[in-house]
Amino acid sequence: MSRTDAPQRRKSLIKNISNSRMLLLMCVPAIAFFVVFNYCPMPGAWIAFTNFNYTDGIFGSPFVGFKNFEFLIKSGQLWLLTRNTILYNIAFIVLGNILQIALAIMLNEIRMKHFKKISQTVMFLPYFISVVLVGVIAFNLLNYDTGALNALIEQTGGDPIKIYSAAGLWPIIIILVHLWQSTGYGSIVYFAAIMGIDRGLFEAAAIDGASAWQRIRYVILPSLKPTFVILLLFSMGGIMHGNFGLFWNLVGNNAALFQTTDIIETSVYRMVLSQNNFTTSTAVGLYQSLFGFALVMLANWIVRRINKDYALF
Amino acid sequence: MRSSDLTVARTVTEAVTALPRKRRAAVANPPRAIRLDRSDLVLRAISYTSITLFALFCALPFAMIISASFSSEAEIMRSGFGLFPKDFTLTAYEYIFKAPQQIIGSYVVTIVMTVTGTAIGLFVIAMTGFALYRKDFPFRNYISFFIYFTTLFSAGLAPTFLWVARDLGLRGSYLAVFLQLLMTPWLIILMKNFMRTVPYEVIESGKVDGAGDFRIFAQLSLPMMKPALATVGLFLALAYWNEWYLSSLYLGSTVEFKPLQYHLYNVINTANALRNSVAGSNVSITELPSNTLKMASAVVATGPILLLYPFVQKYFVSGITIGAVKG
Repeated sequence: MSRTDAPQRRKSLIKNISNSRMLLLMCVPAIAFFVVFNYCPMPGAWIAFTNFNYTDGIFGSPFVGFKNFEFLIKSGQLWLLTRNTILYNIAFIVLGNILQIALAIMLNEIRMKHFKKISQTVMFLPYFISVVLVGVIAFNLLNYDTGALNALIEQTGGDPIKIYSAAGLWPIIIILVHLWQSTGYGSIVYFAAIMGIDRGLFEAAAIDGASAWQRIRYVILPSLKPTFVILLLFSMGGIMHGNFGLFWNLVGNNAALFQTTDIIETSVYRMVLSQNNFTTSTAVGLYQSLFGFALVMLANWIVRRINKDYALF
Repeated sequence: MRSSDLTVARTVTEAVTALPRKRRAAVANPPRAIRLDRSDLVLRAISYTSITLFALFCALPFAMIISASFSSEAEIMRSGFGLFPKDFTLTAYEYIFKAPQQIIGSYVVTIVMTVTGTAIGLFVIAMTGFALYRKDFPFRNYISFFIYFTTLFSAGLAPTFLWVARDLGLRGSYLAVFLQLLMTPWLIILMKNFMRTVPYEVIESGKVDGAGDFRIFAQLSLPMMKPALATVGLFLALAYWNEWYLSSLYLGSTVEFKPLQYHLYNVINTANALRNSVAGSNVSITELPSNTLKMASAVVATGPILLLYPFVQKYFVSGITIGAVKG
């Protein structure tokens, strides 16, 4: 580095700005948006270390160090929330991917155009409705007095189940509903990947006398592997974020089920909205952000090692 | 927008654009079956059956809601929800449309927000995506990271809530909902990837002809971006139409007309909201056909988007695949 570099670089920065001022200007609305709604609230995470009260504000409230975190750990809540959030996400990722791949392979076998179109339309339908409606549907099926499931059980001579107080059943229900809503949509990704497979590979397989199963095993599945790996690694980064709307509309404030259904986001939402508890909720949120951030970094590091092009940064 | 979408859409565009050109060309001609032996027929039979079953699995809950909304309350109480209307009646809908102000108000709020939000959001997203796609824009990487970083780390619900509600003073204002839904990092990244459908030569030829950057964007690039705009626009529109979460945080009970899905959320979850949503306070809650009324509200709140859906679905799927494939 010589001394003459610095002014030159400054000159080129000014030149860069003036040359691309229109492009910079085009980015201003988006930058302003993220500054106002994402960066400005960030200092507010300080609440996690205070005993926040409304009159003194965020930085005027008394500092309490890690007390809020201590409370969360001692009460066992942090462990419960982390466990639920992560386990649900693992189930969503594993079962979701398997079903999506299976569905994509089967869609690829469909030759009747109209059948394909109609079935696709119907399968994507659940993705387009609001989670509020999903909650309504679940209630129709599951409630004790008028639920369709209990009506069916009674007709076949069984005793109706009080599903809304049976915590043990909910992991199955939530996973099923999640798959119902996301599988059809998610399968597009794999379907697009199958469509991208070189036709020559199928021809070669046919000439070698491969059966349909061998075609899936040796041509389709290996071609899907990169997509699968990337999706897997990226979803690893988001493993601390649940499908909040779904959980809230299925379970909501039903404390009888929290043992198996409470995830980080539902508990934070409950604390803020119904208890006005800003300190604990901020502490949980901060923990979620930092832990999630570490996971994204780890996932990105793994992606980089596998294939640099797929890495985020 | 669900967080899984982020990874899905980004990965598709990035993974498939990494394909060599020859492989991409093959996509245009999907493989046709060459010769059918027994295993092909078995697989095909399995495929048709499973897909039919899965499609039914997806569709039946809708049938259940619709049929319940046309059933009589007494029959629902007696024998529960089912697939076909029991004791067909229009009572629930009569209740809703006896005093339609509430539902019409919600419709107006939601439609205005969806249309203007999608238009403004789409414009800003496309503009930003265009700038970030320009390889001759020296700040593209810094700005990309600045935007992307917000998905890695966020202040969390409580600090954001305090900031927006208290410091910005947006509590009880539709703006709190409207503004926060305008864009997400991943829609900008998606748009940036979609921009690759515009050949770089177009931009260069525009430059040679002396057009400014904004002119190149608005007059040359945008018209070539229709599938991308349709896809991103659909995502935005869905986010606005299905919104209930921000409304519950920032609007609560402060506004007269709640956005549609939040109105439905209230009708489903509170008895009072159910009474308010129909003929006013002179109806006693015990007389209301509450179950069927909730279902009818669900149908009224969802119906139009479902009727519209088969038409936009086409663009959505082809948008995803085109964006992914030709990237």
